Amino acid sequence: MAEWGEARKSSLLGKYTQRLSGPQKVTGQAKYTFDINRPGMLYGRILRSHIPRGTLTALDLSPAQQMPGVKAAIPLIEVGKEIRYEGQEIAAVAADTKDIAADAIRAIRFDYDPLDHVVDLGESMSESSPQIRDWENNQSDRQIDEKGDLQAGWTTADAVVEATYSTEVQVHTCLESHGHVAEWDGDQLTVWASTQAVFGTRRDFARHFELPEDKVRVITEHMGGGFGSKFGPGVEGQAAAKLAKETGQPVKLMLTRKGEQNTAGNRPSMVQHVKAGATKEGKLVAYEVSGYGTSGLGGGAGFTGPYVYQVPNYRTEKFNVAINAGSGRAFRAPRHPQGAFAMDSLMDELAEKIGMDSLEFRKLNDPNEIRHAEYDRGAEEIGWNRRQKVAGSAPGIQKRGIGVGSGQWGGGGGKGTKARVNINSDGTVEAVTGTQDLGTGIRTAIAIIVADELGLQPTDITVKIGDTLPGLPSGGSGGSQTTPSVAPVVKTAAMAAKESLINHLAEKVNVVADEVVIKEGSVTIGNNQLSWKEAASTLGMETISEEGSWDENLREGGAAGAQFAEVEVDTETGQVKLIKIVAVQDCGLIINRLATESQINGGVIGGIGYALLEDRIMDGQTGRSLNSNLIDYKVAGAQEIPEIRAIAHDTDRKVTGIGEPVTIPTAGAIANAVYNAIGVRVRSLPITPDKVLTALEEA
Amino acid sequence: MQGASCVEPIDWVEVWLSNRGDPAHLHLSKDGCRIHIRYLVQEVCPTSRLVIQGGQMAEDTTRSTDQPEDRQKDLHQVNKTGLSRRNFLKGLGTGAVAATVAPATLAEADSHSATTGAEITRATVKLSINQQVYQIEVEPRTTLLTVLRDGIDTGGQRIDLTGAKEVCDRGACGGCTILVDGRSVYSCMMLAIDAEGKEITTVEGLADDNELHPVQEAFIEHDALMCGFCTPGFVVASKAILDQNPNPTREEIQAELSGNICRCGTYPFIFEAVASAAKKMK
Repeated sequence: MAEWGEARKSSLLGKYTQRLSGPQKVTGQAKYTFDINRPGMLYGRILRSHIPRGTLTALDLSPAQQMPGVKAAIPLIEVGKEIRYEGQEIAAVAADTKDIAADAIRAIRFDYDPLDHVVDLGESMSESSPQIRDWENNQSDRQIDEKGDLQAGWTTADAVVEATYSTEVQVHTCLESHGHVAEWDGDQLTVWASTQAVFGTRRDFARHFELPEDKVRVITEHMGGGFGSKFGPGVEGQAAAKLAKETGQPVKLMLTRKGEQNTAGNRPSMVQHVKAGATKEGKLVAYEVSGYGTSGLGGGAGFTGPYVYQVPNYRTEKFNVAINAGSGRAFRAPRHPQGAFAMDSLMDELAEKIGMDSLEFRKLNDPNEIRHAEYDRGAEEIGWNRRQKVAGSAPGIQKRGIGVGSGQWGGGGGKGTKARVNINSDGTVEAVTGTQDLGTGIRTAIAIIVADELGLQPTDITVKIGDTLPGLPSGGSGGSQTTPSVAPVVKTAAMAAKESLINHLAEKVNVVADEVVIKEGSVTIGNNQLSWKEAASTLGMETISEEGSWDENLREGGAAGAQFAEVEVDTETGQVKLIKIVAVQDCGLIINRLATESQINGGVIGGIGYALLEDRIMDGQTGRSLNSNLIDYKVAGAQEIPEIRAIAHDTDRKVTGIGEPVTIPTAGAIANAVYNAIGVRVRSLPITPDKVLTALEEA
Repeated sequence: MQGASCVEPIDWVEVWLSNRGDPAHLHLSKDGCRIHIRYLVQEVCPTSRLVIQGGQMAEDTTRSTDQPEDRQKDLHQVNKTGLSRRNFLKGLGTGAVAATVAPATLAEADSHSATTGAEITRATVKLSINQQVYQIEVEPRTTLLTVLRDGIDTGGQRIDLTGAKEVCDRGACGGCTILVDGRSVYSCMMLAIDAEGKEITTVEGLADDNELHPVQEAFIEHDALMCGFCTPGFVVASKAILDQNPNPTREEIQAELSGNICRCGTYPFIFEAVASAAKKMK
């Protein structure tokens, strides 16, 4: 079993390393799928439904097909089928230019018989709602989970809180929209894909076109954000490849911003009615929740709960509600931010009711020791003792408050990655594996691991990822699994390559392997010292090429996190201004501290949008989204960013993933800070000025 | 409502004319409306680069009169706003942009000329991009961003400057930021024909003989990028800020960069990078 050794002594592991892709990205040289221009390439575009529901009665592609510059038009739905949401694909075209493709889409004629739609969660559950999918009253089966003796729990409770919490539908809003460039050469398909899973995408393309997998190549050199929404070709990828096949020319088809916002996934909403009880000594004893949410027409709505804290007796009931809207997809820590916001708010409410400090109450119910340390560290950093002792008691119009939130994630990685490290006779080193870099920095992490093992610098390593061609598969980048899945295999590959070089050199000069030491860019053999290049040149016609293997001992799951927020609420305008956020995140063994801090910042900022700004707004009458653009759908911008203290809580354990856990606690911390400031609780995200003012008015 | 030639059911219309680089916002009231808009659209008009957003739906009168039976049914479905849902939906049925505006006059025009692109004229423009002159044939509607990314010069050479990104396609995100005569401009909001005679600099043109601009260096050093898709826009915008204001405070940096969006959440390190580049450039 391999070990990371004493990482703190490494000059690379856990230190600040600049991203290898930095120079390409700041000069515009980094080519994303969106930037791929192939010789003879056509531009694809999708005609989407503007109605939420209806039966397609006619579809005429001929006006588009007859336009000069249009090379192909294909249907994406059969006449007679039901259109089920705004943005559903009707047809696709390929044309010489982007503008002609847009003209062609407008020229296509279709007709339909409208059907009654529903886009509101509550309305969909009512008896008067149209039945829009195969669930009774548009509601999926209840998932019920029970533990302990709930009745006994209530009898021991000294304080009980009952509340309803809700969260909005959040849209991924990847800046590079979903899309592909597809190119056929005979029966060989090459696809540049904006994807989180090159191998999964290859498999899906192969299945769709009934090709052997080795006839499909998927390339993702750089990609502009996925956040859980980019795991397969989707209708758009299939359409791109089909158009390319039909025209015999490469086709680029990227979703428009509107298509992206309406159809490429979202974080489902949540409504939960919860009741919980605690003893006056501060122990949670009973928890009961009934909750639901909508992810559009699909499943996958839900929330974690009870969350983080131990409750001996509980009953939970959760289900999905269907509406006529684009379906949800995995979104950075699926189900957790919803659950955490509600649980963190609930914990605050209970603590107040039993007259206990909120942090003390949490510690009494949180079994995770790492998080206890994080609570202490974060409390000191934010100045927890400055918190309003009585919520809302500060004088003045602008009131400040402090709150805390918690999170927990798995992220331990898993088997399935193949990786290879090559040492060439000119001294160059290649690390090859089939993972992909979403922006998390795995490319640089791989270079750090290999360089650390071989005594080189990360910039000495050529990392080849994001391509299925070398045939070294790796899983999709989801669940914060990438680094803990890839790192062990890369590490063992580098170890094997190093061992091979040592054995080669030892054999060459006839010494035992122990006498060969590779360190800090040079190789010592007995009393002789060779530079790395000189040592590699002894390989002559040979190349060292070693595969790594999975090693359980190099990775670990279970990352705990805690965040603290300080806010200032204007009680006249309802505006919540963030003052500071402290994020203390268990990061296991850190490979690149710089990228880790970036991830923490990013998670917090995603959480800020979730807490205060983002909300997909559907219009009940038309069944259409009112904000499927970047003007009206508000993601956090430069002006919304407070001081953020990203603390990578270094536990020196083993490698883990943190992309997701860092976005979980933010909304709860902000919501609790708002309460601490104004003494009135807003139980619904996003906490917009109108909700704050309404809450103040009703108080 | 039947036979209405203008747009009675429309509550508000927002028009952006983007042929001057900066969008003009025109809010047209119901009474003041002189555009023939038959459908609620949120689309880019192909001939005039016009973005329209409508607050409510106009009725497709042509279709209603053509289909008397439908019309009869519709009468029973008129909802409380006085708007027939069926016609409302029907009106959207073609997927067509149904508004045309002569850029300066907002005169009425027939909707269908816009849908086919048949009357589009082309012109050859001379553009100076990163100190190199290109001759490119464009349509009046072609944006500068489209030329940079997808344009082919008259010699058949792809311009292929793909650093500037199309993200929102309506001047909301800054992903396509470039410099025009030294000022930062959203290239998705500027027509190519309006860029003639101006000096255009893209992110590809910032480095000097392979030596990175201090802003670019600072972005790398401070990890002011993750996925990197927004990075070219931020880099260019940051350079423009420092050209105007060599000593920005953090608040000024935040205010100046509020026209750029990053979804990965790199802002804190971007602010650090800009501050650090400012020091370096002294």
